[in-house]
Amino acid sequence: MLLISCPYCGPREETEFSYGHEAHVERPKNPDKLSDQAWAEYLFMNDNTKGVLLERWVHSHGCRRWFNVARDTVSYQILAVYEMGAKPPRLKKQTYV
Amino acid sequence: MKSRYSIFSLLRNAASYHENWPEVWRSPEPKSSYDVVIVGAGGHGLATAYYLAKEHGITDVAVIERGWLGGGNTGRNTTIVRSNYLWDESAQLYEHALKLWEGLSAELNYNVMLSQRGVMNLAHNQHDLREISRRVNANRLNGVDSEFLDARQVKEFCPVIDLRAGGRYPVLGASLQRRGGTARHDAVAWGYARAADARGVDIIQECPVHGFDIEDGRIKAVETAKGRIEARKVGIAVAGHSSVLAAMAGFRLPVHSLPLQALVSEPVKPVIDCVVMSGAVHAYISQSDRGELVIGAGVDKYIGYGQRGSLPVTEETLAAVCELFPIFRRMRMMRSWGGIVDTCPDASPIISKTPVEGLYINGGWGTGGFKSTPGSGWVFAHTIARDEPHPLNAAYTLDRFTTGYLIDEHGAAAVAH
Repeated sequence: MLLISCPYCGPREETEFSYGHEAHVERPKNPDKLSDQAWAEYLFMNDNTKGVLLERWVHSHGCRRWFNVARDTVSYQILAVYEMGAKPPRLKKQTYV
Repeated sequence: MKSRYSIFSLLRNAASYHENWPEVWRSPEPKSSYDVVIVGAGGHGLATAYYLAKEHGITDVAVIERGWLGGGNTGRNTTIVRSNYLWDESAQLYEHALKLWEGLSAELNYNVMLSQRGVMNLAHNQHDLREISRRVNANRLNGVDSEFLDARQVKEFCPVIDLRAGGRYPVLGASLQRRGGTARHDAVAWGYARAADARGVDIIQECPVHGFDIEDGRIKAVETAKGRIEARKVGIAVAGHSSVLAAMAGFRLPVHSLPLQALVSEPVKPVIDCVVMSGAVHAYISQSDRGELVIGAGVDKYIGYGQRGSLPVTEETLAAVCELFPIFRRMRMMRSWGGIVDTCPDASPIISKTPVEGLYINGGWGTGGFKSTPGSGWVFAHTIARDEPHPLNAAYTLDRFTTGYLIDEHGAAAVAH
């Protein structure tokens, strides 16, 4: 069970939250002109990082607000929580074989 | 077929305290180059090596594995085998696998303990009933055995089930695949390993991959903990770590790696002689030959490589099991564990060439990898040997995410993801 610190409500259990996958994926600026390849990249492809992943969560059963989390996907340790639109914090890059 | 073990060999080896049994497969040091290197010595990787040798005559093959053979999802699944998938592409692929399963013990001269005890998928509301009827009809059109059971027939087939299921999710009917069942998961890995080894395949354990050597878009070698291994062709069959290996080769995959949990109870006398699954309440259950109830839970909702799941998922599954089977309420769970499943957006696998020439990938099986082990290896071996997919896996390309030709099998997966 993860204990996630919602920036607006404080620490709550993971069952109160829903997951939004990778953060900072930019929506295509010119969707009319986008090739199928570029659409596939945007819609389907992802880093699926083993290590520190910047991801989005929403406090579905609380304030219902979205925010970003930096989490280690091997140890599941939450390294930082920051608001939508904020720049990601500088974190030590953790790599696993 | 040569018999390797007998009462006499057992007695003879008892005299030396069972310390002199011969190795079942060799553990060689890697050579400096191979025709084909397969990354990942799970069921899929070993089956691929076996069929490369047997069907295509390619025996200069190494299977390299970061841990131990069959220690990943092959040793962590709930051992269920079935082929009742909805779409033509999937029905053909999984049915091909099931047909291979049916002859596998004889083929490998290794008892994989396939037990075709019947797999039931439950319906809990009107929509489920319609969906299940549709699936049964689709299966039958594709030559996959499948039948519809009403509530009374469900109770007859599996007497310990409580049709009221706590009142909230009553059992209204089910689909049944009688040829479905269970198989001994470790035996599958061991059987393929022994058979591949006998045909000259080198199985190299404790040998993690550090990177790929790619020149002009063509694979040259694999950099490993045991040195550089040159290869004309490389196949990746690493399940949860598919994205990690793909990143080493410079491309991305449309998969999410999620922890999937399973658990077993204390052993009891035979009480349930079939497999019962319910996608709606997220539970599936069968009983192992040792008497343990084998229970499959859902996936965690977030990306994780930790090979363990979170407790709320376990709790949800056990709640469902207790409602469906009040008889199990006082049983204690003995062990629980997790495996990392690489799930695709359409819940179908990728068995495909990649942007790198000579590099092939077999992954994205999500929660359904075990049942497809023989078929997966068979088509992947064909894809590697001929440098083009077999008609059975032609639809399972990486390209389908660009063309939009997705094969949506979310309904067939027992676990929603």
